[in-house]
Amino acid sequence: MNKKPLLSIQNLTTRYPSPDGGEPLTVFENANFDIEEGEFVCIIGHSGCGKSTIMNVLAGLATATSGAVIMDEKEVRGPSLDRGVVFQNYSLLPWMSALSNVIFGVRARFPKWNRKRIRDHAYKHLDMVGLGKGTEKRKPSQLSGGMRQRVSIARAFAIQPKLLLLDEPFGALDALTRGTIQDELIRVWSKTGQTVFMITHDVDEAILLADRILLMSNGPYATIAESVVIDIPRPRKRADIIHHEAYYPIRNHLVEFLTTRSETVAAEDKRSGELNRHPKTVRPGIIPKQAVTEQDNPTLQFTRDIPTYSLDNGAPI
Amino acid sequence: MTTTVKARILSVLLLLTALGIWELVTPSVSNAENMTEYELLMGGAADVARVPPPSAIFVKAFEELSNPIYDNGPNDKGIGIQIGYSLYRVLTGYFLAALIALPLGFLIGMSPLAYKALDPFIQVLRPISPLAWMPLALFIIQDSEASAIFVIFICSIWPMLINTAFGVAGVREDWVNVARTHELSSMRTAFTVILPAAAPTILTGMRISIGIAWLVIVAAEMLVGGTGIGYYVWNEWNNLDLTSVIFSILVIGVVGMLLDAMFAQVQSAVQYQE
Repeated sequence: MNKKPLLSIQNLTTRYPSPDGGEPLTVFENANFDIEEGEFVCIIGHSGCGKSTIMNVLAGLATATSGAVIMDEKEVRGPSLDRGVVFQNYSLLPWMSALSNVIFGVRARFPKWNRKRIRDHAYKHLDMVGLGKGTEKRKPSQLSGGMRQRVSIARAFAIQPKLLLLDEPFGALDALTRGTIQDELIRVWSKTGQTVFMITHDVDEAILLADRILLMSNGPYATIAESVVIDIPRPRKRADIIHHEAYYPIRNHLVEFLTTRSETVAAEDKRSGELNRHPKTVRPGIIPKQAVTEQDNPTLQFTRDIPTYSLDNGAPI
Repeated sequence: MTTTVKARILSVLLLLTALGIWELVTPSVSNAENMTEYELLMGGAADVARVPPPSAIFVKAFEELSNPIYDNGPNDKGIGIQIGYSLYRVLTGYFLAALIALPLGFLIGMSPLAYKALDPFIQVLRPISPLAWMPLALFIIQDSEASAIFVIFICSIWPMLINTAFGVAGVREDWVNVARTHELSSMRTAFTVILPAAAPTILTGMRISIGIAWLVIVAAEMLVGGTGIGYYVWNEWNNLDLTSVIFSILVIGVVGMLLDAMFAQVQSAVQYQE
């Protein structure tokens, strides 16, 4: 890669001291990965593998035990408006209306703007997520869970951060609402070209949204095991992508990792303590024999590094 | 009929019954013309002292309330003037207390160090009856008026201080994180995030404080004397005018209720639902 990545995580390690003074608990160790500008990256892993801890470190709300987070060639220290965050819950201030919550963000980001400009900017982003026409005057408690997350997303996009961090933003929503907001998010994202890093538990959600999915092995001593490229062309639609030929190979690969390999990979892989080890790139969406025959297939423009990955039993995916 | 209406009717019925019983069990004062010379000499007094009946209190209340503001010297002032003095003392002491308790409570709530350092003092000073400070206040301040205000100050400071500290310390970390990720300065965080988040708890403390201040002012004014509703009660007791005593008790209750209702209004204005 010629271009410097927007964000680079280097040998990030977090250990929590044990309460009785014994061995500290190592949540994850020597995590390394990069995020390019404009990329949508999801991270998947089991609970307790330290996804949220990584997120908090990226947001600047927590500090890692060792390692560095470099953004724009500068080390990340403390929170910044360059990194917008949407939490699963409670990221709206409940005593303010939806509009005021967005204005709160805009005013913090653009303190020199006048009142009207701030207001218009807030309205524009509320409109973008399908809110407005009266709903913006309501308090978060008077909005449904889905609408609340829409407001959070509107606020996060409104401050135009260099990197948007989403911590399981749809985790508390029902499946139907989640679907609509995912579509909403894709629409807004494709318009803005915002760089996004998102935690999720939902494999289908990750495939729908991400350019690349990072897989985390189970903790303690968790690490970023693989970087799975999602070779499905955009624009993607929830209804259509399941028919894409790459969908199930990718999905199976992810599910297989989560159900079995996430547990064994850390135990088997003694190199997890190794420095500067980047996760291996895997492209289960590219089926090798087609790659040779269908040169003009738009999904196969990445043929230069066709994966050599196979399942443990040797069968190709 | 809604429950509220039913409850209102029941309240009125209870009041009428209680007043009726009170009126009936109070023997009427006999007319002076029918009294013996001895009875006249004793001022119509019976062997046992009588509590005046509600009708007498109504008459008294009408009399006092139709002319609440008059000043015929130290022993005869209108009820409005007395209440005014008491309110002045309560509010002065109360706002001085708020001036100290709110910022200090904020500091204690924000800083675990300040909390740990100040906690022993608060724990010792808080249970002291405010009236116990009175002799010391009179000695040091040498002014009965200011001493009464000081007693109000000292009694209303604790609930405000403790609730402010508690409310500030209990602000959800997610909200503080929202402020942090938006790069707000500490001052802006304090005023735009922590203060509104803690406001309902702070207002609860302020409401408890004003209640306690109103309780204490009566006792304080009985001690300091001169003016105020507490002095009025005690003065009427010395005059053996029980009708006025009962009337002023009612007035104390009503004013206390109004003060509380005012704070309830403010409290509901800052209340939010998560």
